[in-house]
Amino acid sequence: MARKGRAGAALAIAAIGSFFAGTVSTILVAVFAPPLTAIALQFGSAEYFSLMIVGLISSIALAHGSVVKALGMVVLGLLLGLVGTDIYTGTPRFNLGILELSDGLNFVALAVGVFGIAEILRNLENEHDRDVTIKKVSNLLPTRQDWKEMTAPILRGTAIGSALGILPGGGAILASFASYTVEKRISNTPGEFGKGAVAGVAGPESANNAGAQTSFIPMLTLGIPANPVMALMIGAMIVQGIVPGPNVATEQPALFWGIIASMWIGNLMLILLNLPLIGLWVKLLTIPYYMLFPAIIAFCSIGVYSVNSNVFDLYAVAFFGLIGYGLAKLRCEPAPLLLGFVLGPLLEEHLRRAMIMSRGDPMTFLNRPISLVLLLLAAAVLVVVLLPSIRKKRDEVFVEE
Amino acid sequence: MKSLSFSSRDLICGALFIFIGLFFAIQAYGLELGTALRMGPGYFPLVLAGILILLGIIVIIQGTQIEHEPMGPIAWRGLLFILPAPILFGLTVRGLGFVPSLFLTGMVAAFASTRMRPGTALWLVGGLTLFSVIVFSYALGLPFRRFGPWLGQ
Repeated sequence: MARKGRAGAALAIAAIGSFFAGTVSTILVAVFAPPLTAIALQFGSAEYFSLMIVGLISSIALAHGSVVKALGMVVLGLLLGLVGTDIYTGTPRFNLGILELSDGLNFVALAVGVFGIAEILRNLENEHDRDVTIKKVSNLLPTRQDWKEMTAPILRGTAIGSALGILPGGGAILASFASYTVEKRISNTPGEFGKGAVAGVAGPESANNAGAQTSFIPMLTLGIPANPVMALMIGAMIVQGIVPGPNVATEQPALFWGIIASMWIGNLMLILLNLPLIGLWVKLLTIPYYMLFPAIIAFCSIGVYSVNSNVFDLYAVAFFGLIGYGLAKLRCEPAPLLLGFVLGPLLEEHLRRAMIMSRGDPMTFLNRPISLVLLLLAAAVLVVVLLPSIRKKRDEVFVEE
Repeated sequence: MKSLSFSSRDLICGALFIFIGLFFAIQAYGLELGTALRMGPGYFPLVLAGILILLGIIVIIQGTQIEHEPMGPIAWRGLLFILPAPILFGLTVRGLGFVPSLFLTGMVAAFASTRMRPGTALWLVGGLTLFSVIVFSYALGLPFRRFGPWLGQ
């Protein structure tokens, strides 16, 4: 739509769709999170373990490129998550004799390094490519025709997004792709897609937002991040000294409902700020990149340092920046690594606890019905992403993005 | 040709997986392994390291079949200027204090781009430092020393 000179309307439609979807899914979270917490309390270690496996496998399904490499990134993340001190015996491990590592690697430093620094380096590779000229944005508000065309896609997108968001690993990205595919299939004029169809903007944007909200459900009830974004959220909560899990709703009701309320306020702010400021946002894109990254580096440094006032974390940022850049060059996605990093210690803890409780019988994961279903689900996802036909389709979907 | 040549990207990636896997495996082997019933600190990491090595081998094998795309340029200049920036901040933030340290860090990072001119960098980083001091030091009240002991304060 931007090429048709209607970037403004596209952004407006996206904002309105997101707001509606955000409102609906926030209500869903508020309604369903507490009863799900009750179920979550019945989860034993075996179920937790299996659920995390589902999440990790699903994150692979959504990574770009090679499935094997994504699997490798998950395993690497898990290993990095184990750096520090063994929880059961207190044995220090993998810390290379560095005292600062005995508490484990700093999550913020890792995330800033592999995402932030690595991204800057990638942008510096080819500085000539980034001369984007953006035309002036006119007529912001959607026309009456647009309103008519966007209503149904927004409703469908919200439903798809809410449902898919709950699935571990899936979340927002999967939801928007699913919605896009559905809208394209339903549409009378599929040829219009990619050339300015209103439904193609409204549906996925709503689904995206609904998925982003409902992916809070597994995190708030089970304490398990459903996707890398939630992994970041969990990291933030742990930094604040809050352990996410079934008890958050009962022990920290203020926090729990605060998050839910803030979701809706966030959505409201989004639409209130975005609609009048669309022109400004588009202008922001015209700031040359080389002016931005000294600021990014400075804020990253301040941010990482302020978490623990620990200078070592800043060295870790540089180290992981290098690693992240190298991995990006090798076409390895950092997102599964991050999810693995957050889940590593949890996964090990629950595996070991489950094995102790079952007296060393690995069949415990298959004998318990919930655990069995989850593992079968993980296996199914893995098989599906490895199938050649689906693989091709997946490449197509990512190309469309 | 295609069937026999290795993709250098996959070769490096697989080798990296194997190397990291071996590293963790050797480290884990030095720890108490325990049994499946009562796993020691080394058990789970050893299993993971084994999986990583296996994946590395698969990546290398797969690399012989896929069509190769070039690695693309490497941002040497970026690496040279961006990576030391947070390290510099870490080294100087206690000694020089927040303000000069941030300014230096910003300046180093600014020259990662070939397009940056010294004049532009000076006012850009100056403004950035001023903004950060107002926001982080005064408004948010983060416990940073604005000027450190190295400057005789």
